[in-house]
Amino acid sequence: MRYSARRSLDRVFKYVFKVTGLLVLLLLGAILAMLIYNSVAFFVDVRPLDFITGLEWNPTGDNPKYGILPLVLSTTLVTVGAMLIAIPLGIGTAAFIAEYARPGLKNILKPTVEMLAAIPSVVIGFLGIVVVGPGIAHAADLANGLNALNGAILLAIMALPTIITVAEDAIHAVPKTYKEASYGVGATKWQTLRKIVIPAAAPGIIAAVMLGVGRAIGETMTVLMATGNASLLPTGMFASVKTMTATIAIEMGEVPYQTTHYFALYAIATVLFIMTLAANMLGEYFINRFRKYHAA
Amino acid sequence: MKNKLSAENLRISFGTKDVLKDINVSFREHEITALIGPSGCGKSTLLRSFNRMHDLSADAKITGTIKLDDTDIYGNDMHATEIRKRIGMVFQKANPFAKSIYENITYGLKINNLPHSKDIVEKALREAFLWEEVKDDLKMPATRLSGGQQQRLCIARAVALRPEVILMDEPCSALDPVSTLKIEELISSLKDRYTIVIVTHNMQQAQRIADKTIFMYLGEVKEEGPTTSLFEDPKHELTSNYINGQFG
Repeated sequence: MRYSARRSLDRVFKYVFKVTGLLVLLLLGAILAMLIYNSVAFFVDVRPLDFITGLEWNPTGDNPKYGILPLVLSTTLVTVGAMLIAIPLGIGTAAFIAEYARPGLKNILKPTVEMLAAIPSVVIGFLGIVVVGPGIAHAADLANGLNALNGAILLAIMALPTIITVAEDAIHAVPKTYKEASYGVGATKWQTLRKIVIPAAAPGIIAAVMLGVGRAIGETMTVLMATGNASLLPTGMFASVKTMTATIAIEMGEVPYQTTHYFALYAIATVLFIMTLAANMLGEYFINRFRKYHAA
Repeated sequence: MKNKLSAENLRISFGTKDVLKDINVSFREHEITALIGPSGCGKSTLLRSFNRMHDLSADAKITGTIKLDDTDIYGNDMHATEIRKRIGMVFQKANPFAKSIYENITYGLKINNLPHSKDIVEKALREAFLWEEVKDDLKMPATRLSGGQQQRLCIARAVALRPEVILMDEPCSALDPVSTLKIEELISSLKDRYTIVIVTHNMQQAQRIADKTIFMYLGEVKEEGPTTSLFEDPKHELTSNYINGQFG
């Protein structure tokens, strides 16, 4: 090809990539703008303080109530419950894969864990209805098992692949010289893991947990299917709860266009967006610290 | 002086690769022995077999006997952790823990349920010629020390456990000449209390500090003897070529 032709082709591609890059940014910006625009429309009708601190979510009653607190608490309850299950399991599995498993077993375990991430959320939700729910109902002698605990167990399963994969990378990346120094003074494998390896991998492990949290907060289908969806202030792990995501998913289909209720769902989405963003940013922050630490 | 540490018919292979072929060596108490030889000759592998560091590699296969005094260190009733307490190690690259200077010394003591008072820490740091430089900064992260100081801290960490033998794997290879001399002086001062085995690529270093030198080549011991006679009157042509810098 002639030089001038190559040069103009070069210039064409520079613009092609510029356009695709800007298009994506524009798209994301538009979504954010839509969220904020509709939320503002909601706050014209309802005072922000009533929205944030209100104890009742009942947008279809004669005297509609738009208190987001029961929904935020439901999401928090299910997420915290999921993390209580997923963190010890995830870190334990990550430590096992990185430090204890023999190469053969490791080659089976790692892809298996990654495959777990490929199970569609609706399938996990289905398991919640037919397996976990009845199990809980039977064990705790309840009328049904569609409650916060059920959601927490399912979300734990869904967050595990992320937590295990990222935490395993972090543990695996701890330099061999650290471990040798510890073994060299007579430490056992467990002492080395607990006092040297896990502290050294801590930023990566925290990042893993935060990414898991982000996943759990934003998950919709599973919690919608498994938690019973009663929009009351949750009273415990056995209470039926309605998370923020499930509320949006359930009510968006039935709400009249551009009513206060319609705008309220956008306001929930905005709060949800802020929560997930915070979890992900915290995760990214720790991942970067972890990278810097290992580059040094 | 009696033999402190010895290897008999030692063979080590990793997978299908034979790294050490029938090694028979011994190390006398309160002496410094240097292991020299070209890269890949197996000197580090030999050194690491003395504190069972190969236990960490799944594919390492070891046959033969290694004795510390009269104890078989690979014996059935011996734990690697017990051996590593009695045979300390200083690594090629200084590897202090990401903890304070003070905690770097107490770590090994706590791990082994030994007393870990301030006096013990001070004594270890004094023995490693480091106390005067760090006595006011014991809480400072060890990683803020210079390379030479970090390596002396690693030596202090090893001596704090009062081991019988200290293994050193090219402890000065990452250091500048001044720090190197300081560490050599330190190593020489330690031999009254410990038996030292040091792997080195530096011919001058071996001559400056070692009582005995062992020359290895392709997984075998080619020649061994008092350092002065090995360097001044090598019996083997390979030894002569190596110490004169014709290969390495």
